[in-house]
Amino acid sequence: MPVQLAIALTHLLSRKRQTLVSLTGIVLGVAFFLAVSSLMRGSEGDFIKRLIDNSPHITVSDEYRQAQRQPASERWPTGAVELRRVKPLTEVRGIRGHPRALAYIESLPGLRAAPVLVGSVVLTFAGRIEGVTLNGIVPDKMKQVSTIEDKMIEGSLEQLAANPNGIVIGAGLARKFGLAMGSVVNAASPGGEVRTLKVVGIFRTGNANYDDMQTFALLKRAQGLLDRPNRINRIVIQLSDPYAAREVASIIERGIGYKAVSWLEASEDLMSVLLVRNLIMYSVVSAILVVAAFGIYNTVSTIVMEKIHDIAILKSMGFHARDIRLIFLTEGVILGLIGSLFGLTLGLGLMALLARVELKPPGATELVFLPIYWGYEQYLLAAGFAMASAIGAAWLPARKAGRVQPVVILRGMG
Amino acid sequence: MNPAGREGSPPMLTAERLGRVLPGEVPVTLVQDISLTIDRGEFVAIMGPSGSGKSSLLYLLGLLDTPTAGRILLDGRDTSGYGEDELATTRLRQLGFVFQFHFLLAEFSALDNVLLPMRRLGALDEGSAQRRAGALLAQLGLDGQAHKRPHQLSGGQRQRVAIARALANDPPIILADEPTGNLDSHAAANVRQILRDLTRELGKTVIAVTHDLTFASAADRQIGIVDGRIDPHWRA
Repeated sequence: MPVQLAIALTHLLSRKRQTLVSLTGIVLGVAFFLAVSSLMRGSEGDFIKRLIDNSPHITVSDEYRQAQRQPASERWPTGAVELRRVKPLTEVRGIRGHPRALAYIESLPGLRAAPVLVGSVVLTFAGRIEGVTLNGIVPDKMKQVSTIEDKMIEGSLEQLAANPNGIVIGAGLARKFGLAMGSVVNAASPGGEVRTLKVVGIFRTGNANYDDMQTFALLKRAQGLLDRPNRINRIVIQLSDPYAAREVASIIERGIGYKAVSWLEASEDLMSVLLVRNLIMYSVVSAILVVAAFGIYNTVSTIVMEKIHDIAILKSMGFHARDIRLIFLTEGVILGLIGSLFGLTLGLGLMALLARVELKPPGATELVFLPIYWGYEQYLLAAGFAMASAIGAAWLPARKAGRVQPVVILRGMG
Repeated sequence: MNPAGREGSPPMLTAERLGRVLPGEVPVTLVQDISLTIDRGEFVAIMGPSGSGKSSLLYLLGLLDTPTAGRILLDGRDTSGYGEDELATTRLRQLGFVFQFHFLLAEFSALDNVLLPMRRLGALDEGSAQRRAGALLAQLGLDGQAHKRPHQLSGGQRQRVAIARALANDPPIILADEPTGNLDSHAAANVRQILRDLTRELGKTVIAVTHDLTFASAADRQIGIVDGRIDPHWRA
């Protein structure tokens, strides 16, 4: 064992209580760092997973990112054109030539697409009236781009194909209306069309708003009800790699002209909130470790003060200033290492406990376990930060110890 | 055998016009204009009244302090250009210190205290170092005390451990600052004899600051220091 390490160990072992207090600081700091980090990152991961799983990776809508130019502006691009009393054509909204657009999108690799017509209808049943969103879908295609089939608690999307007058509703709506499988409801569109639809499926996603408001019917039936024959106003796309959504959306938008919004773009505000939340979280848990580092500074500083005579003797023996610095830095490293080791163990214990906690978040309909992130990099981050704090805390007293002039101390001792 | 004045070899230690002034609003002169030569195997006692600059001279000769004037030649080599690391290495290899209050490291056993300089130098493997440290303690009459901590030893025993530690790396020069100043007469005689034997049997050069006339009388030469200067007429 190197002599510097032997001296460092002896110093720490001869001050057990002080060493233990410093260690406790690091252990708690690392453990809380790990527990909080795993919880925050777990919830972030869970949130993003829900976002990716429950919403389209890309949504193409019947809108343009920039307003289309007037034909006169196209014809005379440098001229000063004034058009008076222009009355735009009244046309049925939707994606024009959607079969061609859909074929183009489906020709791109690594994605699945489904046409959807989304509109508002009013459901009436037993005197109750509720405005909901009706999604006109092609069941086979919808199953490929949505997890809704997995959330069915009764019936299935397939039954829409077998029953053209069927409707699939959420568990919240079913409870609110007292509907069950086979129940018949009236659906009225804003244009005055009314259809009688039979409940052929009930889903539950756990998102109360979704379960209350979303309904699904066959695309043809929705087109008829909403008076938009042969039209769709959404193309819903799922990707093999959700994180490529931004690039693929850009390609699609260039290819078909309609606005294609990736889930990343749609959730930009939420992602920036997550970033700020992470910054706050890491600042707080790092502050715990910085406070713990003061404990190490205090311990090593006290040892330097108490051992000032030993330092002078070691230097008179021929120990270099760097040997002395190394002794006290080693003390910081030992405290950091042992503290990190026990802190990681305690942190793992806390994580395991947190992972068993069940709660019902606002807006959810079911109890869920706290999401915990188990990735290795947070252990490295916690231990790395603890080590950096420990070494930083030991560096100042170590530097002071290295600068001790033995003759000054020996004169005082004589 | 006293190998002093070996044909053709330089003196073990030479001080040329050595001076040391502590800077400050009122500069304090510790040592001024001291020139001396100490040969191999010589036992030199430095004497003088309290505050005369004896210890300051010893710290300068031991390369613990840097002179503000003059220079020190160790085995013919000028040390005035040495940096801090080179001075430390020279102390490790060529100089051994014994202080009045032994200054052993309290948490270490007698054996570990003696091993410290050897472990730092790293010239011997751990087994050889342990054997050498044990042999040094045995030579100094500390059989069976090797694993005791300093507080479990008497004053004389501690001072002998300090001497063993000073000899650990087999340095040619031993510097002692009042080595018997804190000992009873029996222990003091024992330490005096050990230092005397170091010069006679091992050819070490011993330079000791002392107030003890009996101790000084055992030396080959006495140097008197008064007001930071060598006083050729000094008498205890």
